[in-house]
Amino acid sequence: MLRLRITFAKTSAMRFTGHLDLHRAWERAFRRAGLPLAYSQGYNPHPRLNLAAALPLGFTSQAEIIDAWLEETLPISQAWAALEPALPPGIRLCQIEEVALSLPAIQTQIEAADYLVKLLDELPELTARLETLLNSERLPRRRRDKEYDLRPLILELRHLPPEADGLQQLFMRLVTKEGATGRPDEVVEALGGAADRARVHRLRLILSG
Amino acid sequence: MIYPDEIEKFLERTLLKVQKPARYTGGEINQVVKDWDAVRTHFALIFPDLYDLGMSNLGLAILYDLLNQRPDVLAERAFAPWSDMEAALRQANIPLYSLESKHPLASFDIVGFSLPYETLYTNTLNILDLAGIPLFTAERDERHPLVIAGGHAAFNPEPMHAFIDAFVIGEGEEVVQEIVDAHQSWKASEASRQELLISLSQIWGVYVPSLYEAHYEANGVFSHIEKKLNEAPLPVVKRIVARLPPPTTRLIVPYIDTIHNRIPIEIMRGCTRGCRFCQAGMITRPVRERPVEQIVQAIEEGLRNTGFEEVGLLSLSSSDYTHILELVTTVSQRFAGRNLAISLPSLRIESFSVDLMDALKDSRRSGFTLAPEAATERMREIINKPVSSEQLLETARAIYSRGWHNIKLYFMIGHPSETIQDVQAIVDLCKAVLAEGRKIIGRRAQVTAGVSTFIPKPHTPFQWAACDTMEQIRAKQTLLKQTLRGDGLKLNWNSPEDTMLEAWLSRGDRRMAEVIYQAWKRGARFDAWKDHFRYDLWMEAFSVVGLDPAFYTHRQRPLDETFPWDHISATVRKKFLAEDYLWSMQGKTRIDCRQRCFACGILPTFADLRRENPGDVWQCPEVKSKRIPLSEIAALPADSIPVSN
Repeated sequence: MLRLRITFAKTSAMRFTGHLDLHRAWERAFRRAGLPLAYSQGYNPHPRLNLAAALPLGFTSQAEIIDAWLEETLPISQAWAALEPALPPGIRLCQIEEVALSLPAIQTQIEAADYLVKLLDELPELTARLETLLNSERLPRRRRDKEYDLRPLILELRHLPPEADGLQQLFMRLVTKEGATGRPDEVVEALGGAADRARVHRLRLILSG
Repeated sequence: MIYPDEIEKFLERTLLKVQKPARYTGGEINQVVKDWDAVRTHFALIFPDLYDLGMSNLGLAILYDLLNQRPDVLAERAFAPWSDMEAALRQANIPLYSLESKHPLASFDIVGFSLPYETLYTNTLNILDLAGIPLFTAERDERHPLVIAGGHAAFNPEPMHAFIDAFVIGEGEEVVQEIVDAHQSWKASEASRQELLISLSQIWGVYVPSLYEAHYEANGVFSHIEKKLNEAPLPVVKRIVARLPPPTTRLIVPYIDTIHNRIPIEIMRGCTRGCRFCQAGMITRPVRERPVEQIVQAIEEGLRNTGFEEVGLLSLSSSDYTHILELVTTVSQRFAGRNLAISLPSLRIESFSVDLMDALKDSRRSGFTLAPEAATERMREIINKPVSSEQLLETARAIYSRGWHNIKLYFMIGHPSETIQDVQAIVDLCKAVLAEGRKIIGRRAQVTAGVSTFIPKPHTPFQWAACDTMEQIRAKQTLLKQTLRGDGLKLNWNSPEDTMLEAWLSRGDRRMAEVIYQAWKRGARFDAWKDHFRYDLWMEAFSVVGLDPAFYTHRQRPLDETFPWDHISATVRKKFLAEDYLWSMQGKTRIDCRQRCFACGILPTFADLRRENPGDVWQCPEVKSKRIPLSEIAALPADSIPVSN
């Protein structure tokens, strides 16, 4: 049994593919690649694939992580050569490494995530808004009928100079754990912007330890 | 004209606001995107319902693959947008576009609709409207795409005659190429649109409604069809392919979950059982089987190309496939240990079917499906599906003993000869099946009954029959709902209004086109969807047009009535169907025609084709005699057709 940790980019072709569908897209990529993906036992076998952290619909990413178990050991280069051409448009392979079978589930290892957020509509007095937000002790918000405090989920929030497209840009580092995840679109709304007018790109996932 | 990049910008603004945005993006693996300006013909293939449904349509997948293999053609897809997306498109004045390159549908040369059933008609109109293409063929000119349609519903094309320039009757694989060739010649010649339609009408299997006129009797009954042009064919004979080409294996893999998310492979086309209510069985003859090795190869290729985790081996009656045991054995051995689910629906009600499903290591999760249709011997003889209750119970015992917990049984109510006792028998039979299950696995046993309502379909022996009224259907359904219930029993049924819609449209004539238009104008859409179908809008449409729906549904036709679809020949002779209809009323059954040819009409028409393709390719008898014209066939008594058995 071989456990692989795959880092990949989710690009604009698959921006509108949700978490569960991404899972299924990976399963099919492995099948097309002819790699011996391991399946769980029992009544309803499912592929042994673990996505590190759900990426909300509409976001792109340059560093998502998926753990995959293969029934047979084989060289990383062989796995890469088989997998790369089998990937759908929208997934780009960045890195494959072997990790110990005994490591805990990757979802439990993620602590935070970095994002680059572009604002499609100009938000006036952005610097002042950022200051106000960061100086707040609490940021009570409501999501899916649940109240929560956004402030402690924001570890870092900075204004970056615009790129060639001239759009305002923000860097954010947000807590990303099962049960407590800060969402960049929530931060944009807390700043007074519109969530669907922000283009969010995940830069990296941060593992504990 | 709107350009693709404007549409891209619209999508950028809109996609996060609609449900399941991946329905509208394209970009999936195995999609084909060619250089727009480098091809001669731009063909849009459209399934007039949501992407989630349309992506499993095998007909479109076949045509997409075939057309894109031609270097001079590109084929792209479009589907009906859901109401949220439709509102956004209309508000932004963005026309409906193809998924691959985001070109407006109106900029294509040919737009082809798949019409597998009638409840997609208002969606078809809506798509034309959203595309900015005139709804009526009479309003289109050289600037507009050619609008064609095919599929089983096209066997009665008359209700949609006003909106479709040319129908494909029958199998599309070869005829679609000929349509493209004709279009290319026409475009190069710069002739009028009428010239194009005339040249299309000369292709075997193509029906151009504008070249004919319908006439009615004083009492409103259809009288006859008249051709306005001498060269227009009458009848229009359906198109078949002599041999099934290898299955399509390069299938697009959707990003979202769609219905039947799997590799579909037809193991054979056509059916020899002769169930009298079944249109598909009558119009897809002759039976042509695919070789086992070809099917197995196709599964291998399909898996390599797609990575799907399920394969569907499809036909109308898979137990009749000559090499079914060899197929099942080979497939289960070849693909063992690959976590591949193989589904094999449409099996006969017999213990052997359980052996087959067992060999496929079929997951026990989804239940085992059987289709008895009727529960009394009398009704079984009428519909020509003579499976005894004892056979059903024996099969049920085998199913429950081999690990399945749930049996799904399909029944049909609403045949005019049916009595309330026949309906009661359905309840009793389901309970008897459950009782068998209880004996074997106790309270885990379940029975799910799917009871649909009979609709007389064109080109079947029941095309003369009347449909039950809504009151009659409700009474029967009330009985079912009250008694087919309890622990372990589940009942599924369709609303009588849904049934009526299909009933009007199935046996509609040209006057129905105005009704469809009026219903659409009032907002009818997604009629196949329970919570979208608006019976009231259709009633209004009938009223405005001045037609009585009961004329189409509840009227028993006299045997000598000419039907609005008679000029479309499925090549099963009307005399054969009439004889079968009379037999049904006498409770006389007809055996599987593999065992004895009844000269339904297929062989005389396609004698040449059969002679050129002898042996196991067809399940019809061999042909040694000369071809007999269709016009002479109708006069011959059934058993005098000189074919060899």
